[in-house]
Parts: sequence; structure tokens; C-alpha cells
Amino acid sequence: METQIILLIFVLVLSIFLGVELITKVPSTLHTPLMSGANAISGITLVGAILSSGSSEIVTIILGTAAVFFASINVVGGYLVTNRMLGMFKKK
Amino acid sequence: MDTAILVNLFYIASSILFIVGLKMLGSPDTARRGNLLSSSGMLLAVLITLLDQNIIDYRYIAGALIAGSIVGYFAATKVKMTSMPEMVAIFNGFGGIASLLVGSAEYVSGTFDNPAFLGAIFLTVLIGGLTFSGSIIAYGKLSEVISGKPYLYKGQQFVNGILLIAILLVGINMLFIQGFIASEETLILLIVLAFILGILFVIPIGGADMPVVIALLNSFSGLAACAAGFVILNNVLIVAGALVGASGLILTNIMCKAMNRSLANVLFSGFGAAPDATSESTQEQGEVKPISAEDAYLILEAASSVLIVPGYGMAVAQAQHAVRELGELLEDNGAEVKYAIHPVAGRMPGHMNVLLAEANVSYDVLVEPDDVNPVMETVDVCIVIGANDVVNPDAKDNEGSPIYGMPIIEVDNAKTVFVSKRSMASGFAGIQNPLFFKSNTRMLFGDAKETVSTLVSEFKG
Repeated sequence: METQIILLIFVLVLSIFLGVELITKVPSTLHTPLMSGANAISGITLVGAILSSGSSEIVTIILGTAAVFFASINVVGGYLVTNRMLGMFKKK
Repeated sequence: MDTAILVNLFYIASSILFIVGLKMLGSPDTARRGNLLSSSGMLLAVLITLLDQNIIDYRYIAGALIAGSIVGYFAATKVKMTSMPEMVAIFNGFGGIASLLVGSAEYVSGTFDNPAFLGAIFLTVLIGGLTFSGSIIAYGKLSEVISGKPYLYKGQQFVNGILLIAILLVGINMLFIQGFIASEETLILLIVLAFILGILFVIPIGGADMPVVIALLNSFSGLAACAAGFVILNNVLIVAGALVGASGLILTNIMCKAMNRSLANVLFSGFGAAPDATSESTQEQGEVKPISAEDAYLILEAASSVLIVPGYGMAVAQAQHAVRELGELLEDNGAEVKYAIHPVAGRMPGHMNVLLAEANVSYDVLVEPDDVNPVMETVDVCIVIGANDVVNPDAKDNEGSPIYGMPIIEVDNAKTVFVSKRSMASGFAGIQNPLFFKSNTRMLFGDAKETVSTLVSEFKG
């Protein structure tokens, strides 16, 4: 358990540094799509929600199912609206 | 091969898709493909999760997935581009509440034997909860259901302090005192406190600071997912959540810099709540010189360089299409037309860029303040449409002004400035703007869309 958590913290730290490096140079034109695209990614919590929703205990199922509902709005809505916005960016 | 290993290999693949996708979102040419890659990463992660052997019943999952997707689909396809900030705010909130629910579900299932695990649940519920309630308040402020004015009260810091201590105590109790038994009372108390924290965190922040808040809540929704990753011991949640957390923090930082304020100042000082400076600048009012659209046309026709400065007022009046038409007519007339966009114009980072893109304005004529300020003297006419605080010269000249030191678009240095404005009411930040009284400023009173449309028809006629 402890080693697993240490490994996960290791992943966390590296991911934060990676995220900072990835995002630093984004032109302001793309700030809104970047934000809504990143927002859609944060819907990854859907993975956890699915696992809870598939459990055998009733309370866990209820909470998990509600989580699946909200997270899938976040994921589907977030990606679609980002795509819609990006489709409008054109260069002459 | 072991299924668990296979599942994790696919999670690695979807993490890679997120990373590459996010990188490609950073450049206009590749952004759309980047978003597509990142969404296929998500699809992969979801599909592979559905194969998990611990899932007993698929009916609820399927129902919630379908219902959520339908809601998300309609929200995304129907939303007006002017309402994007509200939309992103509410989506952030949904991400937050989903993480909260995942954390709660794991807690009530009661299979834990480790304080680290409880700590992860505590953080997931706390961050998820405050992201949710904060986002709902932000949504209310952006859609003007609740007043955009900063709401400050006596003893605010004291109340916040008490709240933080209470949360800390609940956390200590949950992790170390209660032992490894789930207590619904503790969970509910924590959720309530997290909600209150989110509300108290956003409510004092003024409408003009909303870009910062949205960016920060965006970051929080990522961090909540990240914490949920520690609860279910899942790498892909941690990687994706951390990426979002980092990107949100960077945007927050960019927004703060654009306002020359520290994050702490934005969060705790209630912008626009400096009455001294307001009364001071109202005293130095001079004479306002209105101009009719017909006269404005004559000046514009002779101009060889025109700079258009849009603000939230353009969005409200839905004037972006008329503005694009005017820009094209000016170009046909031989003028060089650029659009200067302040990073905090509008209600979220990059809001104006999206609206102009929707109206078919090419993104290479959109410039930032740093590009245009040094050559402002050479601009014949500057047309300010629905922007106010981001062109307020007080930011340079008046040390008493609440926005002093904020980088602005220095339109007052242009040869002539037209300001399209409904009335003399002050901007979202609630402060006076001496630009309107400058000798080279002419006011185009009335609805922005009508004004611009009149200019367009003058050019055509």
C-alpha cells in the first residue's frame, strides 16, 4: 500500500511538471478552448464513477451512478463545445 | 496476460493521448486535432474501465452514461458563444461534484485500512465540493442571476478562518480519531463545510475578476479528479487531473498578470470596493463629446489605420457580426484593420477571441496589448466597442484607482477614439473612466449593434 502511494505521488509530481511545460506557451486566442478542453479532461473522474456505480452496495451504486451522470455531462459537453469553438477559428 | 496489466497498459495509452492532445491545443493549426486526440483518450479510458471484472451491474452505468451524454450533447450544441463562460463554469462544477461523489462512494463502502487512503477521500470531497458550489456561484454571477458586485462583509477573514479550522478538525477526526469506520455524519458534515467554503470563496469576488475565478475553478476540478485518483489508486486519473490542475493554474497566473494583481489580492480584496478613488475621478470629469454615426463615418472613411477594441458590451449587444462587416468594409476602403484584445476582456480568458472567430474574423488580425501599445500613436481611429476598464487611462495615471498598474490597451494615445457605449454608466468594475472626457474621444451613444450597423450602412450607401 505505502509503496503504491509513493509511486502515485511520483506520477503526480511528474505530471504537474509536464502540465506546466505543456501549457506555458499558449496564445491568448486559444485560452477559452484550452480551458474547456482541459475541463473535459478533468471529467476523467468518470473512470472512478463507473467503478463505484458497478458495485454491489446500494448506497455506493446510487452515489456512483450520480457521479457517472455528472461526469459524462462534463466529458461529452466539454469535448463537443471545444470542438465547436475550434471549428470557428479560421485564418484567411 | 493478467487483465489488470492489460487495463493499465491501455490507461498509459490514454494518458499519452491526453498529453499529446493538450500539447496540440496550444497552437491554432493543430488545436482541433488535439481535442480529438484527447477525446479518443477519454473514450479509450472509459471503454477499458467498463471491462473491469468488479463491475456487477451495467444497467445503472449505462443509464447514467446515456443520460449524461444527452445532456452534455445538447448543452454543447445549443449554447451561445456569448454564454461560454457560464457553460465552462457549470461544467467545472459537474466535474467537481462527480469527484465528490466518487470519493463519498468509496468512503461509504467502508473498505479501508490506511490514513493515506482516508486523506485522499478527505481531499477529494473537500476540493470537489468547493469546486461545485464555487462554480454554481460563478455561474450565477456570470448569468447575472446573482449580482456581479463583490460582496464583502465585516469579519469576513474571521469567518473564513473559523471555517478552515472546522474543516481541518473534521479532517483530523476522519483520518486519525474515528478509526477505519465510515461515518455518514462525518461525511455529510465535510460535504456541507466544503460547499460553504466554495460559496464564501467566490461570493466576495467581483464580476470583473471572473476570468481569474473560472481559471482557478478549472484547476480545482482537475485537482479533485487527481485526488480521486489516489482514492481508487488509478494512474490515469492522477495524470489527467494533474495536467488540468497545472493548466488551470497557468491560466490563472496569466489572468492575474493581465490585471497586475496577485492571486491573493483577487481572492480576498473584493475588487472595485474602493470608494475613495471612484469619487476622486468623478470630480475631474470634463465635457463629454458625443458624435453621430454619420459624422463618425466621415472620419473613418479617411482613416488609413483602424484598431477595434471589443469588450463584453459587444457580446451583450451581439454586435460581433456587425463589427466583422465594418472591419471588412474598412479594409476594402484601404485601411489596415486590427482587433486589440485584452487578456481579461469579457468574462473568461480568450472570450473575445471566440466571439470574433464565430463572426469569421481571421485570428491573425487579433493582436494583444503589448503588440499594439507601442504603435498606438500611428493609429488613426480606435473604435472601442463595449470595453471599459481595459482601456481606462486611470490604470496608468491615477494611483488612487483600484485598477492602477493594470496593463491596458492605451487607446487614448490614438489620434481619434470612438467609444460605443449605451450610456455613461460605469463598467462592470464600477469605476469611472476618464477616457470618455479626453479631447480626442468621441462618444457614440446607443446600442453597440445599432451603432455599428449604422456605420456599415453609411459605408454601403
